[in-house]
Amino acid sequence: MSGILTYALHYENEVNKNSLGAVSEAARLAKEIGGEAHAVVVGEDISDELCQSLGAYGASKVYRAHAPDGLAQPVVDVMAKLISDHGYSYALFGGGLLGFEIGAGLTARLNAGVTMEVTEVKAVAGKLVAVRPILQDSAVVDSGYVSEPGIIIGRLNAFEADASSNGASAQVEDVEVELSEWSTKATMVTRGEQRGAEVNIEDADTLVAGGRGLGKADGFSELCEPLAEALGGAVAATRAVVDAGWYSYSAQIGQTGKTVAPKLYLAAGISGAIQHKVGMQAAENIVAINKDPNAPIFEFSDLGVVGDLNKIIPKLTEAVKAKRGG
Amino acid sequence: MKICVLVKEVPDAAVEKRIDSGSKRLDRSGEKNLNPFDTHAIEAAMQVKEGGAVDVDEVVAVTMGPESAFRALHKAVSLGADRSVHLTDEALVDSDCCATGYALAKVLEQESPDLVLLGQQSDDGECYTMGAIVADHLKMPSLTQVIKMDVEEGKLRCERQAEYGYDTVEVNLPAVISVGDAINEPRYPSLKAIMGAKKKQLDTKSIGDVGIEADRVGTGGSRTSVLAVNPPPAKQAGEIIEDEDTNETVEKIVAWLDERKLLV
Repeated sequence: MSGILTYALHYENEVNKNSLGAVSEAARLAKEIGGEAHAVVVGEDISDELCQSLGAYGASKVYRAHAPDGLAQPVVDVMAKLISDHGYSYALFGGGLLGFEIGAGLTARLNAGVTMEVTEVKAVAGKLVAVRPILQDSAVVDSGYVSEPGIIIGRLNAFEADASSNGASAQVEDVEVELSEWSTKATMVTRGEQRGAEVNIEDADTLVAGGRGLGKADGFSELCEPLAEALGGAVAATRAVVDAGWYSYSAQIGQTGKTVAPKLYLAAGISGAIQHKVGMQAAENIVAINKDPNAPIFEFSDLGVVGDLNKIIPKLTEAVKAKRGG
Repeated sequence: MKICVLVKEVPDAAVEKRIDSGSKRLDRSGEKNLNPFDTHAIEAAMQVKEGGAVDVDEVVAVTMGPESAFRALHKAVSLGADRSVHLTDEALVDSDCCATGYALAKVLEQESPDLVLLGQQSDDGECYTMGAIVADHLKMPSLTQVIKMDVEEGKLRCERQAEYGYDTVEVNLPAVISVGDAINEPRYPSLKAIMGAKKKQLDTKSIGDVGIEADRVGTGGSRTSVLAVNPPPAKQAGEIIEDEDTNETVEKIVAWLDERKLLV
């Protein structure tokens, strides 16, 4: 069977948006190469409704396996067995931490080719070709697979969720898979802990985002917050500074954070790594202030300012206040 | 306890990277450096060793790469590793992720470490995947993108950011852990350590030395093939202001924002 198997991540009885994108993309591609798109859901307490709901995104069958939630290796066991038993040609993942880990595990288990950070998948003569930007997006590689299965791991937001098969319900099949001994050696202690205050950045028209270039946690209160206030916007942050405890997790942009598309995105001291870029590149206007003229963010900003943000931002804040009559 | 740290030599971030049009592979000539994420992995190993919670007998840096990659090992050793292993063989050239993970796992098998550490991504290519590939070959539990790691006898307590917030996971040893750059602030090597690096044991291994099957590595063993390398979609370059006179710079920024009606 030349089908495509995807993994659908779920949490609190809801399927992850990037997983819905992966299921939709698998359904679209399966049609082109002549096969079906099936999905795998793994967890401890998964409802029939949650599984069936993937039908709207084009999955004709959903396998449900009982195993610990939120860990990759049990899913590798489940998917490896399904691929071996049913001969899927490809396994496809949306952008996310677990997708990377599961895809990588399958690569080893099945001696399969893997392509990651994929932004587009093409069907060429019944086979899939993964398109992947490399080297900070300075080149784009078309990658083919010399054997089946091929593992495709998407970049965050690369695949759009498409619920146009609305009304279709996926067939649900329970599968029992014996976990590998090493897959039982990791135990979730706490999951989904929120750190820092709850802030809403997704509805803001203007975001002032701070990165490691701020130099210290106080950079947020001293520079970003006053400027955001003057502009009538909110403050966002990169993963590096959130992990460092400088700012709230709920304000984080990018991979494992939020995806935003404000009218103005002002990046202060942000180098512009891909994992950040994927969360904010849809912003209408991107302004970057960074002292490093080689920072990748200048390659996709509309206005780049090379300079010391400690000098520029206080004056900019005053000037914006004066202009907006605040 | 024995810790192996996987390291990689990558093109220096300050040097322009390019794809060789003939081989369609990353041109790895030019300035090289130890992958920055790997310095965090070495630091994590050193903190386990110096932390006192467990006894660490040795920290071994392991790399796979061309002859020149010994420089990454020297750097790793100058940062505290006790010795290093360099897997290098013509047969390995052009290995993809799948083949590379297999080859590294074979070297590690021979070392039989209790803990394998690596950086969560390399500056030049394979993102996030190598830890999980190696772990499955070694039949070890694994977590990637870990930003806090506490060691107890026989197990680790790890924290990382996942899709829905921070997860805390307990992992039994032996295990493979890839670390993010928030996990620590790597030390700078002392001049003495840099000078001494060349004197520490460095074992060079060929594929035969570690039992790698030749048909599972290199071009023939790779499961992906590069069909084409294209330039990225053209994006109009943005305007750049170099800040010389800050008052003037600010005026320009405000005018730019005002023109786009972003200050209403």
